Amino acid sequence: MTQTAKRPSIIIDGVRKTFTLNHAFSLKDTVVSWIRRRKLSSTFEALKGIDLVINEGESVAILGMNGSGKSTLLKLVSGVMEPDAGEVLTRGRVAGLIEVGAGFHPELSGRENVFLNAAILGMKKHEIEERYDEIVAFSEIEEFIDQEVKHYSSGMFLRLAFAVAIHVHLDVLLMDEILSVGDVPFREKCREKFEELIADGKTLVVVSHDMEMVRQLCTRGVVISKGEVVYDGELEGAIALVDAA
Amino acid sequence: MTTHDHFASVPRTDFDIPGRSHGLIDVVRWRYLLRLLVRTGVTTRYRNSVLGWLWSYVRPAAQFFVFWVVLGIFMDLDRVPNYAVYLFSGIVIINLFSEGFKNATTSIVGNAPLVRKVFLPRQLFAVSAVLVSFVHFLPQLALLLLVCLLMGWAGSVTLLGVLGAVVGILIVMVFSLGLGLFFGAVNVRFRDAENIVELMLLLATWASPVLYAWTMVQDAVVDKLGWPGWIVDLYMLNPITQGVELFHYAFWRPASQAIVDSAGYVGEALTPVPPMLAMNTLWSAVVAVGTLLIGQLVFRRLEGKFAQDL
Repeated sequence: MTQTAKRPSIIIDGVRKTFTLNHAFSLKDTVVSWIRRRKLSSTFEALKGIDLVINEGESVAILGMNGSGKSTLLKLVSGVMEPDAGEVLTRGRVAGLIEVGAGFHPELSGRENVFLNAAILGMKKHEIEERYDEIVAFSEIEEFIDQEVKHYSSGMFLRLAFAVAIHVHLDVLLMDEILSVGDVPFREKCREKFEELIADGKTLVVVSHDMEMVRQLCTRGVVISKGEVVYDGELEGAIALVDAA
Repeated sequence: MTTHDHFASVPRTDFDIPGRSHGLIDVVRWRYLLRLLVRTGVTTRYRNSVLGWLWSYVRPAAQFFVFWVVLGIFMDLDRVPNYAVYLFSGIVIINLFSEGFKNATTSIVGNAPLVRKVFLPRQLFAVSAVLVSFVHFLPQLALLLLVCLLMGWAGSVTLLGVLGAVVGILIVMVFSLGLGLFFGAVNVRFRDAENIVELMLLLATWASPVLYAWTMVQDAVVDKLGWPGWIVDLYMLNPITQGVELFHYAFWRPASQAIVDSAGYVGEALTPVPPMLAMNTLWSAVVAVGTLLIGQLVFRRLEGKFAQDL
C-alpha cells in the first residue's frame, strides 16, 4: 500500500456502548418490582471496547452473528447514537444506506419524496436538482414519478428509496443489510454502482450476511462477536471464521 | 497501534465527531430541509379530508361561538365593548400557541423512524412544527383583520399597534418553541409529557385575558382578596398574556374605538391599556427567549439518547 492510501476515514477508538433495559415503565410497575425485590433495569453491553481504523478507499465487511453489535457500531459511525466511552471520528461526508425509505412520506409524490429524502440525507437544493434525472433513471419508475408513493408497489418504493440514497454526495458509505433490494437486474445495477464508488476511492463499510455480495465488494473483513473484534484482516479468513461458528 | 499513529497523515482537525449537534445553528444550516418539512406539514395536513383547509376555520369558529354565547351572553361578559372581536383576537393567538406547542411536543416521537435511523438535527422537527402552526394561523389572522376592517379598524390603528402584533406573534412562537423543545425531548422517554402538555393547554386559555379583561384580575386579586399587587404583575409577565394583550392593542382597540366614540353609546368605556405594556413586552420577550434557551439546553442534553429510547 502506498502512503496516500493509508489516510484514515473512520477511527473507532475504545468505543463502548451499553444499553439500559428498563423493566418498569410506570409508577405501578416500579412499586410492584420494588416490593418483590426485582431489579428495575438491566444493562446490556453491546460493544465492549472496539478499536478499528478504516482507511480511505477501503471496502470493509463487518461480519458476525445476529446481536453481535454490528448494527450498533454502524449507528455510532453514522451519528444516530453516541458512544458511552471512547471516540468515533469520521472524515468527509458519511452517508448511510442503513434504512432506505425511512423519510418517505406516503402522501407525497415520488418527485417530492426524492427532494425530501435527499435533503434529509444532507444534500443541498442545487445538488439534488443536478442529480434528479440520474436518480429517477436509476430507479426506473419515470412514468410513476408524479404519483403518490402510497400507490407504489413495495419493489418500486424500495428502488426509488435506494436510488436516492446511492446518489447522495459521499466520502464514506455505510450499508446495513440492504443489498437484497429488488429483482436480479436491479441488484446487478446496484452492485455496479458500488463498484463505481469503490473505483472512485470512496470508503465502504458493509454489514451483511450475504457472503456472495460481500465477496464481490470487499477486500477486508472484520468479525465482531459479543461486542468485541475477534478478527481483522483478509476477507476470506473472516468468512471462514463466521462460517465455522 | 497507539492513538498518535491515526493522525500521522491526516491532522485531527480534519475529522468530525458524528452526531455532534450545534443546537439551533443547525437549523440555519439545514434550512432547505426545514423548508421542505414545513411544506410537507402544510400540504399533507388536510389530505384526504373533504373540507380540507376549512377545518382551520371550523375549530376556532366553534370555540368562538361557544365562548361568545356562554360567557358573553349568559354570563354577561359582553359588557366589555365589542366583546366578539375582543374574544376572537385572543382566541387566534392562543390557538397559535396551542398548535405550535402541541405539535412541537409530539414532533420527535412522531418522526421516530427517522430519528432512529438517520442522523439529522432533531431540532428541525420542532422548529418545523411551530412554523407549520404559523402557516395555519395566517388564515385566522386574515379573518380577524377582515372583521376589524369592516368595523373601521383602519381609522384608528397606529404603526405601534401593528408592530405590537408582530412582536406578540414572535413572543408566542418563541415561547411555544422553547416549551415544545423541552417537552418534546422529555416525551421520548416519558410519554407523560404529552398529557402534561394537554393539561397546560387547557389552562392556557383561562390563564390569560382571552375571555375576560385583565382589569377583572386586578379587581379580584387586589380589591377582593387583598393580595399584594405583584401577583398581578407576575400574571402580566406570562408571554401568552402579553401576546393576547398586544393583539387586543393591535386589533380590538382600534376596531372598537369608533363604536365607543359614537353618539348615543351606552356601556362601559374601553378597558384601559395595561400599565407598562411596552416594558412588560420586553420582559415577557426575555421570559420567552429564556424558555427557548432552557428548552434547547434540555433538548441537547437528552438528544443523544433519542435513538435508543424511541
